[in-house]
Amino acid sequence: MRLEVNKKNENISSIKRGLYWRLFRVVNPWTIFAFLCAILIATPLITILYYLVEGPSDTWHHLAETVLGEYIFNSIFLVIGVSFFTFIIGVSTAWLVSTSSFYGRKFFEWALILPLAVPTYIVAIAYAGIFDYTGPIQQFTQWLGFNLGAGFFEIVNIQGVMVIMSFVLYPYVFVLARAWFVNQSSTLLETGRMLGSNPTRTFFTLALPVARPAIVAGLSLVIMEVLNDYGAVKYFGVNTLTTGIFRSWFSLGDIAAAIYMCAVLMAVVFLILGLEKWQRGKARYDENRSGSKPLQRYNPSRGKKVLITLWCSLPIIVGFLLPVLQLINWWWVSDTRIVDPSFARLVSNSFLLAATTSILGVSVALFLIYSIKLYPFWLMRILGKFSTLGYSIPGAVIAVGIMIPLLYFDHWITNYLENYWEMGLGFVLSGTLMGLVFAYIVRFLAVAYYPVEASFRKTSDYFLGASRVLGVPPAKTLRKIYIPLIKTGILSGALLLFVDVLKELPLTLIMRPFNFNTLATRAFELASDEMVTEAAAPALVIILTGIVPIILLSKLVSRKN
Amino acid sequence: MRINIPLFAGLLTLATGMLISSCVGGSSNKQVNVYSHRHYPVDQEIFKNFTEKTGIQVNVVSASADELITKLELEGSRSPADILITVDAGRLEKAKSSGLLQELNGDIFSENIAPNFRDPDNYWFAFTYRARAIAYAPDRVSTDEVSTYEQLAAPHLKNRVVMRSSEHTYNQSLMASILAHFGPQKSADWCKRLTDNFSRSPRGNDRDQLKAVAAGLGDVTICNTYYVAKLAESPIEAEREVFNSIRIIFPNQKDRGTHINISGAGLTQYAPNKENAVRLLEYLVSPEVQQKLSVENHEYPVIDGVEMSPFLQEWGDFKIDELPLGELGKHNEQAVRILDQCGWR
Repeated sequence: MRLEVNKKNENISSIKRGLYWRLFRVVNPWTIFAFLCAILIATPLITILYYLVEGPSDTWHHLAETVLGEYIFNSIFLVIGVSFFTFIIGVSTAWLVSTSSFYGRKFFEWALILPLAVPTYIVAIAYAGIFDYTGPIQQFTQWLGFNLGAGFFEIVNIQGVMVIMSFVLYPYVFVLARAWFVNQSSTLLETGRMLGSNPTRTFFTLALPVARPAIVAGLSLVIMEVLNDYGAVKYFGVNTLTTGIFRSWFSLGDIAAAIYMCAVLMAVVFLILGLEKWQRGKARYDENRSGSKPLQRYNPSRGKKVLITLWCSLPIIVGFLLPVLQLINWWWVSDTRIVDPSFARLVSNSFLLAATTSILGVSVALFLIYSIKLYPFWLMRILGKFSTLGYSIPGAVIAVGIMIPLLYFDHWITNYLENYWEMGLGFVLSGTLMGLVFAYIVRFLAVAYYPVEASFRKTSDYFLGASRVLGVPPAKTLRKIYIPLIKTGILSGALLLFVDVLKELPLTLIMRPFNFNTLATRAFELASDEMVTEAAAPALVIILTGIVPIILLSKLVSRKN
Repeated sequence: MRINIPLFAGLLTLATGMLISSCVGGSSNKQVNVYSHRHYPVDQEIFKNFTEKTGIQVNVVSASADELITKLELEGSRSPADILITVDAGRLEKAKSSGLLQELNGDIFSENIAPNFRDPDNYWFAFTYRARAIAYAPDRVSTDEVSTYEQLAAPHLKNRVVMRSSEHTYNQSLMASILAHFGPQKSADWCKRLTDNFSRSPRGNDRDQLKAVAAGLGDVTICNTYYVAKLAESPIEAEREVFNSIRIIFPNQKDRGTHINISGAGLTQYAPNKENAVRLLEYLVSPEVQQKLSVENHEYPVIDGVEMSPFLQEWGDFKIDELPLGELGKHNEQAVRILDQCGWR
């Protein structure tokens, strides 16, 4: 009798537990927190989209009739061209450095990432200077007695921007593709080799298709970087959707038209990412490897080794060495040869901001992705993707999207404090460093998100199932199993984020507190007043500061489990 | 390598703590907050001198005028800003018409600054100005070929004009001044013919246009006066040679005068440190600062009896277009539309 009652109770409680479990599946600390995070980051983007509801303005019709076609054409031309070149440069160098031995291979492992430390607009200005009438190349040919005509070295055009961007942005593809090749199970490639496949064939039929998620992640970053670039295209007089956004907002004073332009830009991004996803279809990439041993490198002939070395040197020379030499040249001729003590302050400001943002940003990305993995329901997925869109939107526009909700909150809280506590307090978030860090995360989440997501995709879902069965809570699974497995992705994300924040300009300009300068703002202010030579010193310091995390990044990628 | 969670958490707390601590404090009565589009080193020195003189701390955020205006609009009545500084009259006019500025009561402004350098309602004033002059290669162009803005659109300069993009305020304001004088029909026609005269698509900044003229990529361009002077002081020898190989001319001296634009300032509507702000604004038009701006930055002073930069002295006096500067702001939007329509990129 007593036994039966007990059984009955047990039955009821198990039904109850099942019910709770079902509720728990959807509403639990993980999903709630992830949801809040995603909402917080998506709010500025939703604010921007809100303007779309108002309908197109008169300015929009004017733009659509006159210049929109050219803007779209130029943007798409740049996206296609830069994607093509970054793919060729990034993937080829990543493959060679990971799987082949040649002269200076160790050096190229980290040196190939160097262009990442140089802001695109600075490289653009440097190249304009190099090929300029008063620049070294023209002066040199004139000195030699050749008169090639002032227009001979004309690089200030759309093709010029395309090439420059490709040589600056390829490291995004390189870093992610290389992290993949290094962690690739040697079994796959060695099986190919044993079956008699030559290196070229192995690359095209085995490595390339399998590395697709990483390459696409890298290319996505490149594309978004291309689409939001303002400094380089403006200097080169190439009108893109981004310059269009600035034109409609600033010159025509129409923020709604600017937002419409933004929507077109986002549509382009969605289209490209959607096409990739559609083409990928149902293919899955949860390649599983355990205890992979280091790959036996190919050992090509001496002639080939020289060629490989030359090929790998090219992007470093074009994307890093030449512009840096030009900057050093400018710095040398300028009066501000001595770097004064205020530089220490600039460096520490930049460094602290970048470090805080990269730690926070990567944590948020990790958390979001893991939550989606745990509870993959549609709302979270969409929010997750949505919160990475900030990367494709120009910083100045994001600033508006951020300031509207931030100031709303600030007004609310200051009113509250004044009414109930009679406390006079300035803004709590806007115009503070906290607000700025939040803005960076909204803007750059994608940089942390994609590498982490790509490395998560390589891990198996079985771990999750196994730890569930064993009753291990998800947090512990994350800490004990996933973080060690995907730490390369996490750290790649963190370092890329660090470098991006270091270089960031428009958001910093508008959202920073009073009297707060970073290296990037100082360099920009000087350069925009057409004092390029004076801007060289802070620009060089940005590059030097950026090199540190970059070397760390490469050390990390090349370290095998 | 293992990720050390306590270390990670520690770093995070430390970084957040540092950020928060740097946000607190710094609020005293002896301060004034400036939103500025100008970021010349000489401005920093001027603010520093002001602090030494008065003990009032000057806090600055600099970004583009339009961004700062948007920021002011969003911040509303609680904005910390006291002063808005722009490099273009049009933007000040825009701030005024959006209700972001307040009237300046002070005899210093109305007595010392000529009326054409002030807003008629005293909402803003100019503290320096510069001319948009024509620069040309003297070996290829004669002075009377390029003595007016209108002449640049004439057929004899076909494929000989270089110009920067219309993205920049300088060209938009020039277009706005033409529009204010001649109306939409004629200005659109001028713009179209001028654009047809371009020898290359617009790119680069003002200095680049001067270099292009020296290099023979074009024979004539329009540029701001202080860039020409700065070219002469360039540390790069080839750039100083560019200065020597070009000449500048102040256009339209026989009729309406040369188009100018200003660096100007206004007091914000909700300025929390109004008294300090007015003192700083007064300081900007003091002879000491005016001379510094002219001698070191090659800008024209707005008050009389100030020593000017040797370059400005050499170029001499010129007739200024008397169009009220506020008109530039009122016509800006239409000017941009015309620029778009005639294909000045």
